[in-house]
Amino acid sequence: MISTDICIIGAGPVGLFAVFEAGLLKMRCHLVDYLPQVGGQLSEIYPQKPIYDIPGYPEIKAQELVDNLMEQIKPFQPTFTLGERVEHLNKQADGSYIVVTNENTQIHAKVIVIAGGLGVFEPRKPALEKLDHFEGKGVAYMVKNPETFRNKKVVLAGGGDSALDWTIYLANVAERVTLVHRNETFRGAPDSAAKVFDLANNGKIDLILSANLKELGGNGKLSSVTLEGKNKEEIVIDADYLIPLFGLSPKLGPIADWGLSIDKNAIEVDTRDYSTGVERIYAIGDINTYPGKLKLILCGFHEAAIMMHSAFKYVYPDQKLSFKYTTVNGVNAF
Amino acid sequence: MVTFTVEDHDGNRQTVEAPDDMGLSLMEVLKASEYPVLATCGGMALCATCHVEILEGEDALGEATDVELDQLENLPEYFPTSRLACQVRISPLLEGAVIKLRGEDN
Repeated sequence: MISTDICIIGAGPVGLFAVFEAGLLKMRCHLVDYLPQVGGQLSEIYPQKPIYDIPGYPEIKAQELVDNLMEQIKPFQPTFTLGERVEHLNKQADGSYIVVTNENTQIHAKVIVIAGGLGVFEPRKPALEKLDHFEGKGVAYMVKNPETFRNKKVVLAGGGDSALDWTIYLANVAERVTLVHRNETFRGAPDSAAKVFDLANNGKIDLILSANLKELGGNGKLSSVTLEGKNKEEIVIDADYLIPLFGLSPKLGPIADWGLSIDKNAIEVDTRDYSTGVERIYAIGDINTYPGKLKLILCGFHEAAIMMHSAFKYVYPDQKLSFKYTTVNGVNAF
Repeated sequence: MVTFTVEDHDGNRQTVEAPDDMGLSLMEVLKASEYPVLATCGGMALCATCHVEILEGEDALGEATDVELDQLENLPEYFPTSRLACQVRISPLLEGAVIKLRGEDN
């Protein structure tokens, strides 16, 4: 089991900066995020967009800010669990928590900080009957390990870069790849689109355009995907796997079940220290709400500093915290 | 002021009045009217969570831009008159339009 002082749920900019504020107070952090990389919305949605309201930076690209934050927290050696979603918070007799992810990773922490932004970025799902029935039994929303699909019949759906990239990759791995797209053309990277058309023209993959997913078939496990073609005709494809790739969308996810006070998908906090109603659990950044809340990165940074000073009492119950500027003590690495 | 109709996820319709001289987007007006519009990216046409369908009045609004279409075409479900509310400006062109919320609610 991973053991740390503070477990931060969400590795976006506010979660990352919280590591720095914790580090100044000699508290160690472990971060968990469902995305496979740090940076949250900044890295996932708009890495190349400039941000103009970070103090000291007249303009900074979103990914550059994330990279800088990673550099800034390096002295405090945070650890990460990425690509996993926190499912449960199990309270221990001494008040600490064991955080359990969907992959059963367990993290013991004295304090929990929820810096989950708008929630967990989950795949957008097509509106198909029995979709949930086949999840994990043929329907997958991401390619974690391409070897899973070796010598299998795979249907991919979507027209973006992910659908194109995985079609090209899996063409050399799977027994047969079928790409289904609702339009006649792709708006993804032109090079990738050209490769996909080449693969189709050379008979390496099946490309079905102007078609939509209609129905899933199988007994316990996926065995076929039915499409509706341009002229409303049905097309049935034998399939071991269906991978719908329609992008990601934020959902509150399991956070909603942790007994916290929730208002319109945000966690209500006490603005004196950004604590939730549950002892040792704090919420900072876009995931929290209070009168006057502004969903700005810089507001999340402020919240991180204040909450870490409050959390100190749980990590070092026998010590008195005295506030010091970094100009006095510098940044003392672990 | 411009007046248009919004149909929510449950099919309820309500008339919304919005100023057409403040450079607001439809997404901003929907949020201000407390409709459950996520608008994750804040209006950069990068997340498609403010997806709407223009049921009436779509001709007046013109074509979606390439940036907007990029996002719309990635959605599992979209319609010939789909738009991103963040890319539709509040203007007299919206007068009498009927807009159906399609994006994920919050």
